[in-house]
Amino acid sequence: MKSRSFLLFIVVFALTLLGPVEAFAQGSAPSDDDVNRIAKELYCPVCENTPLDVCPTQACAEWREQIRLMLAEGKTDAEIKQYFVDYYGARVLAEPPRQGFNWLAYLVPPVLIAFGIFVLARTLKGWAKHDITESHGGESEPQAEVDEYVRRLEEELHKRQ
Amino acid sequence: MLAEIGFGVLVFTFFLTLYTLGAALYGEWKRLDAVVESARQAMLLTWPLLTLSALTLIYLLVNNSYQVSFVYEVTSRSMPAYLKATALWGGQAGSLVFWAWLMSAFTSLVALRKWERDRELLPWVLVVAAVTLAFFLSLIVFFENPFLRYWQTAEGDIIRAVFQPARTLPFIPSDGRGLNPLLRHPGMIIHPPMLYLGFVSFVIPYAFAMAALITNRSDDRWIHLTRRWTLWAWLFLSLGLVLGGRWAYDVLGWGGYWAWDPVEIAAFMPWLTGTAFLHSVMIQEKRGMFKQWNMILIILTYALVIFGTFLTRSGVLSSVHAFAQSAIGPMFFGFIALTFFSSVGLLIYRWESLKADVEIKSLFSRESLFLFNNLLFMSVLVVCFWGVLFPLLSELFTNQKVTVGPPFYERATAPLFAALMFLMGAAPLSTWGSASARTIGRALWKPAVAAALVTVVLFFTYSRNGIALIGFFLIALVLFVTLYEFWRAVRARRKAHRENIFSAFWNLFGRNRRRYGGYVVHISMMLMAIGILGIELFQKETQGTLALHQSLVLDGYRLEYRDIARFPAPDSREVTRAVVNVYQGERYLGQLYPRIDYYPEAKQNMTIPGQRPTLRDDLYVLLVDWEPASASGATFKVYVNPLVNWLWLGSLLFFVGILIAAWPERERRTES
Repeated sequence: MKSRSFLLFIVVFALTLLGPVEAFAQGSAPSDDDVNRIAKELYCPVCENTPLDVCPTQACAEWREQIRLMLAEGKTDAEIKQYFVDYYGARVLAEPPRQGFNWLAYLVPPVLIAFGIFVLARTLKGWAKHDITESHGGESEPQAEVDEYVRRLEEELHKRQ
Repeated sequence: MLAEIGFGVLVFTFFLTLYTLGAALYGEWKRLDAVVESARQAMLLTWPLLTLSALTLIYLLVNNSYQVSFVYEVTSRSMPAYLKATALWGGQAGSLVFWAWLMSAFTSLVALRKWERDRELLPWVLVVAAVTLAFFLSLIVFFENPFLRYWQTAEGDIIRAVFQPARTLPFIPSDGRGLNPLLRHPGMIIHPPMLYLGFVSFVIPYAFAMAALITNRSDDRWIHLTRRWTLWAWLFLSLGLVLGGRWAYDVLGWGGYWAWDPVEIAAFMPWLTGTAFLHSVMIQEKRGMFKQWNMILIILTYALVIFGTFLTRSGVLSSVHAFAQSAIGPMFFGFIALTFFSSVGLLIYRWESLKADVEIKSLFSRESLFLFNNLLFMSVLVVCFWGVLFPLLSELFTNQKVTVGPPFYERATAPLFAALMFLMGAAPLSTWGSASARTIGRALWKPAVAAALVTVVLFFTYSRNGIALIGFFLIALVLFVTLYEFWRAVRARRKAHRENIFSAFWNLFGRNRRRYGGYVVHISMMLMAIGILGIELFQKETQGTLALHQSLVLDGYRLEYRDIARFPAPDSREVTRAVVNVYQGERYLGQLYPRIDYYPEAKQNMTIPGQRPTLRDDLYVLLVDWEPASASGATFKVYVNPLVNWLWLGSLLFFVGILIAAWPERERRTES
């Protein structure tokens, strides 16, 4: 049961990383906003980590014009993106495409976090068991150490009420 | 002459640091107090020496000594003197000198204060600090020397060397290349020193932790001694991050403050472990628990501090191949590996002696909740670390470059941050030792109901976006819980000490600065969260080319293009400034002046937005620099960034909170 919830956690987290499926729309007379809608999801193939919609280089200005032309030709957002991937490689996308080696990008974090939760759960369980054994052994359970300041505050409040 | 002096002092300081290291080790091994004292004196000498070297470099920078290659690369005659001086950290070599100077300053401070009281730990603190300082000095002396000068050979080639090579003449360029225009913003002048202060300050708690491991002191002495260091380190690192965000918002011209860029994440990662550490040490102090975990956290923080410097300094981010070609990349890599594995080895060796005296008894006790908080911070770290590392691995193993951008980080970290916010609401209501779901539930339900009411009001008046509503609920919950905690304590003080509400409030901070400073930080974080939610979920933008008197409309605002002017600025900039009238409906709100600053020496534009900040939103107008700008047509990009100014307000309150928490607790001594 526990391993199933663990598996479920990994699947849910991986799905969170994968994100929603995109749906695109395009108009016949592309405006700057139409161009930017696609350009902001593409990364400059030359500069480091710069989205195409804000990159000031001449090359990026030309690529934005390319997007405008393709929109005018009636190409869909997905087709335009694919065009850039075919020409410049997967680095123009904001995330690694979900295939082959790139799956590691999406799977490693949930697996590591799940491992962290597993270690934490085991540690807490170990402590709880240890505690039960101790109290069964006849030792008096030490009185819980409450936060001194809060305790005093509460005490004062009750006295005055 | 000055360059030779500056370099000579650096070389001498490097050997002096090696002497400190050797003498401290030998003195401790042979129990020779005089030798250890000599190590301390040597370390104390490194700071004036590095000050002399840094001042020499600043003198060269300010006085246009372009024969020195570093001066040529980062300054020019048209730059004002203050920018020339702060160009010290505008380039690689100078920033490493600055790093080393801070490191020696902090180590000297530690060595000067209470040496006799902490005589057991301090020699080992010197050893760890000297290892770090010697590493950075070795980088400067052997690989990134800021005092190299230009020399011209008989064949006309230009070479770089500190001392004049045979058959060469000095080569002095008439002007320098000048600092990258992006770095000339006030935020960027303060941002790197703040980050470096944060980075270097975290070395001190790490050095004390290692000293505790080496001397086998399993108590929390090292934590007591470095409590304030940690808070200041956290303050500076946070300041560095916020100033970096503000700089990006004001200068980079993309309408945002955080792009999940690897360079940003490099500074964010030690902040994550540092924040987890800050919470976790409280448990060790209060309950004697998590000694091993705190060691892991401070080792990780130190490793991430060096890793952050490595990421930004080695060229590894542009390409793994650039890293292999960079002189200092492999050195950094080796140093991180050496310090990380030796620290972990030492921790494993002392593992048993660090076992807790007490154990967790309740899942809902404050220590449990702090542990969950640590798990969440570590989870965010895992996402960030993997996101930065993956493109490098992809290039290495598949020869394919990929980008890991904002959508990846935002989807993965949003639920983790939401869980952290929930804990921020619940943890203050739990108690140390034992607490049950019922006791927490009893304390939490009133603030939760109040937060739900706020959410309902927002549902009908502001937004029906589900993610935003969850976010606003959590923000309201944390705010109500924290304010309730303040109210409860103020009420108790008023009754107990017959104080008026203001003195009760004031004295509360004096009574327990760390707790109430921490609560102020929590409130500030929620104000920042309001800003982040606003801009992330509700940002609107539009772009259009306008002729004079034409308008763009966005989210109730109308922007009318009124005028444009082009003029030279005193510092050699060529400024193109547009005048835009802003209306909301028919109401005239004022004028904005977006502009493009062109720096001829760097052949680079900067797009400076015209902004109209209010608590409701920030109207942010850019003159797009890749399109021609004239009276017949100029392209404007307009953003409406809802609530973003709460982020900057929250940042101010955040610093107030940390200052309260880090301030010495005088009243406690007098009262007790």
